[in-house]
Amino acid sequence: MSPKLKRLILFGIAALFLSTAVGLTLAALKENIVYFYTPSEIDKLEIGNRVIRMGGLVQKGSINIDGLTARFIVEDVKSQEAVIYTGALPDIFRGGQGVIVEGKFNQDTFNAYIVMAKHDEQYMPREVADKLKEQGVWQGDSKK
Amino acid sequence: MITEIGHFSLIFAFVLSLCQSFAPIYAARKSMDVIHRFSIRLAVFNAAFVLLSFSCLVWAFIVSDFSVALVAEHSHSSKPMIYKISGTWGNHEGSMLMWIVILSVFGAGLALTQKTMGLLQKSSTLGVQGIISSAFIAFSLFTSNPFERLALPPLNGNGLNPVLQDIGLALHPPTLYVGYVGLSLAFSFAVAGLITNSVDRNWARYMRVWVQIAWCALTLGIGLGSWWAYYELGWGGWWFWDPVENASLMPWLVATALLHSVIVVEQRDLLKSWTVLLAITGFSLSLLGTFIVRSGLLTSVHSFASDPTRGLFILGILVFSIGPPLLLFAINGPKIKSIVYLHLLSRETGLLINNFLLICASIIVIIGTFYPIALEIMTGMKITVGPPYFEATFNPIMALLVIMMGIGPFLVWKRGILPKSNKIWIFAGASAVVISAISFWASNELSVSALAGIATAAWLGISLLCDIFVKIQKLNRNHYSNFWQNVLHLQWGMWIAHFGIVIFLVGALGEGIYRSESVARMHIGDEISLGSDSVKLQAISTRNDSNYEALVATLKLTTSDNIQIGFLFPEKRIYPVERQTTTEAAIRRTVTADYYAVLGDGNREDGYTIRLYHKPFVSWIWLGVIMMASGVAISIIIQRLKPKQTHVAFTS
Repeated sequence: MSPKLKRLILFGIAALFLSTAVGLTLAALKENIVYFYTPSEIDKLEIGNRVIRMGGLVQKGSINIDGLTARFIVEDVKSQEAVIYTGALPDIFRGGQGVIVEGKFNQDTFNAYIVMAKHDEQYMPREVADKLKEQGVWQGDSKK
Repeated sequence: MITEIGHFSLIFAFVLSLCQSFAPIYAARKSMDVIHRFSIRLAVFNAAFVLLSFSCLVWAFIVSDFSVALVAEHSHSSKPMIYKISGTWGNHEGSMLMWIVILSVFGAGLALTQKTMGLLQKSSTLGVQGIISSAFIAFSLFTSNPFERLALPPLNGNGLNPVLQDIGLALHPPTLYVGYVGLSLAFSFAVAGLITNSVDRNWARYMRVWVQIAWCALTLGIGLGSWWAYYELGWGGWWFWDPVENASLMPWLVATALLHSVIVVEQRDLLKSWTVLLAITGFSLSLLGTFIVRSGLLTSVHSFASDPTRGLFILGILVFSIGPPLLLFAINGPKIKSIVYLHLLSRETGLLINNFLLICASIIVIIGTFYPIALEIMTGMKITVGPPYFEATFNPIMALLVIMMGIGPFLVWKRGILPKSNKIWIFAGASAVVISAISFWASNELSVSALAGIATAAWLGISLLCDIFVKIQKLNRNHYSNFWQNVLHLQWGMWIAHFGIVIFLVGALGEGIYRSESVARMHIGDEISLGSDSVKLQAISTRNDSNYEALVATLKLTTSDNIQIGFLFPEKRIYPVERQTTTEAAIRRTVTADYYAVLGDGNREDGYTIRLYHKPFVSWIWLGVIMMASGVAISIIIQRLKPKQTHVAFTS
């Protein structure tokens, strides 16, 4: 084999490998993207039973806990969605708190398998803050 | 007064680092060695002043000088001393100053060591380091001055976020920063090498040790961060594919590639421009990591102090530090020639494949981390890319890398393989199949990826042991006096680091495949099962500490045949001053498994939510990380113990 041919083979193998890797990566990316919506956006969209993330505020007084199952309502200014979740809730989960839930809709109830809230009391998930700012209901900017 | 000394010495350091960056240019034009020597000396003075400045800030925190805005905002007189000190870098301004300290200490380190290095090369490397250093000092002085005073000092400080009052968090940022910033010196070597056209085997030899030091610190820093997240966040996980974690993983992958490619340059005078590119990319990714963490651009479980305007400044530094070097690379890169021909079956090809896979892996992480941002900027859509993406893409690439690690050490430089390699490979491959078959048989159900993981880990472990055995056996035993010395001079660093990966894999696979988890609403006296064991809630009590009140659960662990394993005391703490609640997970560590308990919310009537995990081999993850870092540290030491071999002959 001439050096040129060898180099060509080496590059060929690398290119083949790289394109397979890129293809698989993009496929994996396509399958594993989770979109983020607020309750009012969900009203306008056909979500079906895709896995999504929904963010908003936990409606005050809506939390109903029975054993490990929690039912509550996530709202923004215009709309609200009922959520059901089984498992341990985060420390500072309470009414009026910003929250992100991940899961899918079963008819009109959102079956969440992850509920995220943050340790910091003043913390609001950025997605939620941005969306609330868009809707003009943002109260009080961050501390600094 | 002391605060002002700190402030002024930082300004002075700024001037010194500007001189440090311009002196070599002047000296090169006039070819004046005196000025080169002077500018090398400057690096030491620069470090001295930056250190003085940092000590002044630490002092302000120690004595709780609340007239300093930073101290008032982030400290409290009743805090334990260790957290007062660690509070210095637990905030943006202080951590930036720490970044500068490490930057200039690395510079001074180079100035004071490696005496055989050429004057021009050394002073221009330090010159580039000086440019980075002046950019960061300017950033600190103009946008985030840690020495700002308050006109009306408060009586006491704001305190520190309770989540941050933790020994893990006192150690994690400094270690990670040494890693991030250590890569700056590799960057400076690369840029100076491009400017002075001196990228050769000697260049690689001088740079290598700095890459090794940075790599050790980066590895330990990431490990510490993961350990902290494991016990403090209370989710029982050790890696979340969170953007902030990815931000440290990206430079780590590139630094790992650099750690290997620099050996090829040193040994074979090959892959030179590639290595230069890696050195530039590695530090750029470190800056990108800092930018992500500091800007709040990404939502993350770890970000607590972020400010978009400062992020922009770091973005400026980032563009400034990637742009010109890449331009320089485009212009001067083609001048670097690797004349030696690469043979297909050789160690250099093996290391090339290693680099290729590591770069693939880092591109995967980059795509997964930045695709959401790009999509949001372009379309306004908000998305997240979760762990399944990384598991489907990153893990297979890493498996290939681990397989290569079992082949690489048997390849020799230039061409060929070591004798008996084929037999060892067949033996290791067969054992890997047997081991995964046994684990398949022992456990009812195992996924294909789990089996592949077990097989690759076994393959690497066995081929490494064979490699060690064969290499020791081959040593000449006739001169008995030298035998142990020869044993000592073998590649122990590589073996220990690579074996660290085996240990890490045992931990990651054990935790991933065999963990069990239970969540329940428990009343006092209730019992639930956890894997094959059972857990009983015996009592809930309260406890008062100086700055918090705690609810403590007493959980009794027993095996299925009712033999007591021990107790767990998870806590829920309420900090009245900060009005925060934190969960303190209780962890019972053994070599073979961790028991992990978290107390959730609840009351006596309805019961308490309790989460329990049984995590086999989870501690091996961090043991493996420590082994990887110490392997590289050992290799630094062994290189210095070996009789000196200079490459002066190759510098033509």
